[in-house]
Amino acid sequence: MDSALIPQGVRRCSLGKFAFFIGIVGAVLLWGVYAMLLCWLKGLNQTNMNDYYGFALWIWADLAVIALGGGAFFTGFLKYIVGKDELKNIINYAVLIGFICYSSALLILAIDIGQPLRGWFIFWHANVHSMLTEVAFCLSCYFAVLSIEYLPLVLENRQLNKVPFFHNLAHNMHEIMAVFAATGAFLSFFHQGSLGGVAGVLFGRPFSFREGAFIWPWTFFLFTWSAAAYGPCFTLALTKLIEKVTRKKLVGDKCVDLLAKISGWMIFTYIIAKIADTYYWATVTAPEGGFTLMDFYSNNPMYGIWILVLEIVIGGIIPALILITKKGRRSPFLLVTAVIFGCIGVSVNRWVMVLQVMAVPVMPFDTWAMYYPSWQEVATTILPVAYGVILVALSYRYLPIFPQEKELNY
Amino acid sequence: MFPGFFEWIWDGGHVVFMGGLWYALGIIGMGLTFCILKAAIETAQGKGAEHGGDEHH
Repeated sequence: MDSALIPQGVRRCSLGKFAFFIGIVGAVLLWGVYAMLLCWLKGLNQTNMNDYYGFALWIWADLAVIALGGGAFFTGFLKYIVGKDELKNIINYAVLIGFICYSSALLILAIDIGQPLRGWFIFWHANVHSMLTEVAFCLSCYFAVLSIEYLPLVLENRQLNKVPFFHNLAHNMHEIMAVFAATGAFLSFFHQGSLGGVAGVLFGRPFSFREGAFIWPWTFFLFTWSAAAYGPCFTLALTKLIEKVTRKKLVGDKCVDLLAKISGWMIFTYIIAKIADTYYWATVTAPEGGFTLMDFYSNNPMYGIWILVLEIVIGGIIPALILITKKGRRSPFLLVTAVIFGCIGVSVNRWVMVLQVMAVPVMPFDTWAMYYPSWQEVATTILPVAYGVILVALSYRYLPIFPQEKELNY
Repeated sequence: MFPGFFEWIWDGGHVVFMGGLWYALGIIGMGLTFCILKAAIETAQGKGAEHGGDEHH
């Protein structure tokens, strides 16, 4: 029924089967929309945020999807600026994932601000002394860039591409994509960094406070570095997932190997810097504030030293060592393990830099402040996942996302 | 926020932040306008009609 819309030379499941799948995911999406409407109509009392937790599950989800979506800017940077042409086989998918991640981040922020009708205040009544203002500026501009990068893919749909204006527009946008990719890399560098900078400048929060260079704490550089390192892991993890679901090979081994290798070396160098940063913080910065390392990891029900091991060893050292070796990258099991561990590692890093920061007692009369999200927070955090699944499914079905699909399968 | 708006102050913070925002928006806007105008001119010249149904990469 919809075969005229499907890219030429590829096979897709029946429309009925596809509609059934979209219906199931759509039900989850509607649950999230219901929770979102509750938050907008009844207010933020629907959440478990309180005076301790002004930042909670939503901000973690924001930081995590922005880091995981970093594959778009870094892959674009590698392809268009550095000239790694082999990545042309995965760049469309990286852009799609980036588009989903950043639109999800903006959606979550629209719920989190409680008054979305006043969302434009941050642009017009900007507080120019806040790192979050820089984040809002760069995030919005970069989402515009990602929309511009995604638009030519939509215009290359078999039917839309028959319209001469759309065909010419898609062609012209491809021609100057390097300009947009460079702008995206510039914007990403600053907003990824500023997200880390926000935690690093909190001198009243000894768990996250860091020294740094000029106005930027070390967390500024670590966040940018980690997004560039782990973002491609997420792109590769989702590539392997969609290949498993569709039972097809969609991206060639050479391209996967190249991106995995670059990601591996980025994680390897990042984790050395992260270990150095943690060591200096534990032995110099925190003691200067009157704390020892174990003050941050004991006498509470959730944050043991295990979380530091999970972030640095399992989510950092192990994936780095797998991905920098040819043998590790060539083994399908080890490759998938490494990229999944990488995604966990960066998500845990964002979790502790948002939530553990709030949990640690800072006053003599304080105790550990634990936080458990309400179902409305959980539902609105799952909402972007359902939206992402639907957009990937629609894009895979109707758009030429994977240029090697025909060559590798038929 | 533009210079002249009642909250505007001529200091480094405003110039860097707002200047950076308008600079980025300017590049994005000019790039997009260039693509749209070029596509409109090419379409008027009859270019692209022969590609109906082809995928471009």
